[in-house]
Order: sequence, then structure tokens, then C-alpha cells
Amino acid sequence: MLLNQGIYSGNRDGFEVVHMIRAFWAELNRDLLLAFRRRGDLLNPLLFFVMVVVLFPLGVSPAADFLAQLAPGVLWVCALLAALLSLDNLFKSDYEDGTLEQLVLSSESNYMTAMAKAIAHWLTTGLLLALMAPLLALMLFLPTEAIPVLVISLLLGTPTLSLIGAIAAALTVGLKKGGVLISLLVIPLYIPVLIFGASAVQNATLGLPVAAHFAILGAMLIMSLVLAPFAIAASLRMSVSS
Amino acid sequence: MAALLLKVNELFCERDERILFENLNFDLHAGKILHVKGKNGSGKTSLLRILCGLYQEYEGQIDFLEENVQEVRDLYNQSLLFIGHHVSVKQALTPRENLNWYAKIHPQLDASLIESALSSVGLQNYEDVLCQNLSAGQKRRVNLARLFMFAKERFTNSLWILDEPFTAIDVDGVEKLERRILYYIENGGSVILTTHQPLQIGAVVEQLNLDDWGT
Repeated sequence: MLLNQGIYSGNRDGFEVVHMIRAFWAELNRDLLLAFRRRGDLLNPLLFFVMVVVLFPLGVSPAADFLAQLAPGVLWVCALLAALLSLDNLFKSDYEDGTLEQLVLSSESNYMTAMAKAIAHWLTTGLLLALMAPLLALMLFLPTEAIPVLVISLLLGTPTLSLIGAIAAALTVGLKKGGVLISLLVIPLYIPVLIFGASAVQNATLGLPVAAHFAILGAMLIMSLVLAPFAIAASLRMSVSS
Repeated sequence: MAALLLKVNELFCERDERILFENLNFDLHAGKILHVKGKNGSGKTSLLRILCGLYQEYEGQIDFLEENVQEVRDLYNQSLLFIGHHVSVKQALTPRENLNWYAKIHPQLDASLIESALSSVGLQNYEDVLCQNLSAGQKRRVNLARLFMFAKERFTNSLWILDEPFTAIDVDGVEKLERRILYYIENGGSVILTTHQPLQIGAVVEQLNLDDWGT
């Protein structure tokens, strides 16, 4: 009875939707602004990506045809590891300064804010890695016709990595040494993305069709975009309340 | 008769095999202040976090406006303002940006009050300075500015849970906060707080001493 009084009367569902969308943009906006303020941290995954790919020919063999053969796998593995490395800090600072618990208090589900955090993570890692990839692909003598496929496969695959990785990051944020655990948790889940991503590029170098690979990467992306925020939000709630 | 805002029934909480409190019952009516007292480690923060829904390891029931708080979580969250031990302020953002974010994720806070809230806590001219360049007390004030952003039309049946709100705040600041709390409860809000300082609020303050409820 009391609940229907005052400002809470009327269309609460409509209010909820508006609130969730506003919270989504607020969180995305804040995370991007924070990333921009700490531009140095943005470079970390990119530097890792560049360094490993640059060192690879030095350590193995600089022969062009050999590198061209390895390039799809090497580029994908390095991009995956670079994205993985940045996961540890996804929720850490929010957890430590207490803004995470305030975020958890913002709504019951936190679905949209969890999605916003994962998307912000992708925009500051996966997207940059995908944009950087063509340059490194040239260095590894990847055939030029495969480069668009590489970029598209990374654009489709890395958001899935961010979304799945955010679940593990949310689960381990309360732990002192969560970093190792994150890798153990997400590597098995990253394998399907890696297989389809790398083999799409491989197919492109051989002139084979890649549509099926893109379709599967896209399906994995949509599934994780819809389902992962539930798991991220639930894990955050659990980590905050311990 | 003021609304029964919060009813706590048979609350039990154990931490590290030590019972913090058991069979804890209390009511909080709208327009009242509840001062939770107790020694360090007596479970004040745990109780406050349980009441916010930030700590789940408890038994017992909490009713908000005579409904189980688990079932009206969204409404409860939007009637609640929690200030905890953390700074809850992003160092790399300015006070204005921090409060703007708060206003968007917590609909009970009014973004149009940011300016006046910041000057109420004595941070006029600091609106656009990065928080990492502020002192510890000033950062706490940015967090506390949320109390001054709480929209007045939402005072009725709302709840502030304040865990040591006066830490690192100077005498003037404490007086201002107490005036704000008084204004808030006189207009229908309710407050649960912990503090080791004597309260100077000119209102009836109910006491809850956790030392009496645990082992």
C-alpha cells in the first residue's frame, strides 16, 4: 500500500527502463573518460601486442613464406593474450575506492551497467588491437587480401573476449591475487573464439570462404552480449558482499 | 503516526566464528535517527552493510515499508543513500564529474544540485580540480556532497545509511552535516549512522548498542 504513494506511483516499469539506459551511458562515459585520463594504461595491451609480434620473427625465422603461414595464429594469440592481460584492472580500482559498491546499489539487476563496463573495456583494448592489427599483419607478410578478414574477425571476436573476461574479472575482484585465477578461468572459454578467429584468417590466406567463421564468431558475440552481463552483475554483487 | 520504514527481525550475523549479533530486533520509523553504537569490531559496519544489501551472510528478515526488502530491492535502492568507509570518489575525475556520475546511476540524486551541494560542503572553486589533487578531507567532502544532492521531493520514506560520516571532517563541516541531517529528518527522511563523536543534532536520537547483542 505504502509503496504506491508519492513519486513511485504511475509507470514504474517505464521509469526503470529510462534509469537503466541512463546508468548505462553514465557508466560507459565515465569509464572512457577514466581511460582517457590514464592514457598510459591504454598503451599497455597495445605495446604487448606489438612487442610479441615484433620479437616473433627474430626468435623463430624471418623467412617471408614461413611467417605468412604463422601470421594468422600468431596475431590472434597475441591479441587474445593482450586482451587477457588488461582484465585484471577492469574492476579492481572501482572495488578498492568503493565506487563499485555504489554501482551495485544503483539498481537491482545491474545488467546494463555490467554491459557498459565490458563494452568500455572492449573499446579501450579490443578495438584498438583490431585497428593496430593490419600494421603487424604487414610485418608478418600476411597476404594483403587476408587483412580485412583479420580486422573483421578481431572486431567480431574481441568483444566476446571482453565480455567473457569480465565475468572472471568480476568473480576474482575481491581476491588479493586474482590475476592468475582470471587466466585459468577464461583461457578454456577463449579457445573457441581463437579457433574460429584464427582459422577465418587462415582460410582467407588460402582463398577459401570465411562466411561461416564470421557467422559463428557473430553468434558467439551475440550470445555473450546477451548472457554475460547477467553473470558479470551477479559476480560483482557477490564480490562486493564479502 | 509515521510510516514504519524499516523493521529488522531476528537478525543474526556471524563472522570468523564470532557472533556479532543474534536475535537483533529493531524498528525505524520515518523521521527518526538511529545511532548504532559499539566497540571497534562489534559489527556496526557489518550491520550497516547488511541493511544496504551489500552483505548477504546473515539470517533474519528485513522489511522495508512492510515488505521484504529482497522483493522491493529496486525501490529500496532508490530510496537509499549509503556512505561507507571508502572514499567512493574517482581520483582521476573532478568533483563535478564524480557527482554527475552519481546523479545518473542513483535517480534519487538531483544533478541540478551539484553546484550548490559542492558549495555546501565548502568545495566551491574546486569543482573542476581532479580529485587526486584534493586533500583526504576534501575527498570525503565530495562523497558527502551527495547528502546535499538528495532530491527533497524524495525525502519521504527514504533512508540514509551513514558509516562514520564525520571521519576526517573539520568542526565546521561536522556542524553543517548535522544541520543537513536535521533538515532531512524534519522533512520525512530517516537516518541510520555510526559515529564515535558525540552527536549535537537537535532531535531525538534512538540508540542501538551492538555490544549488548553479540558475544
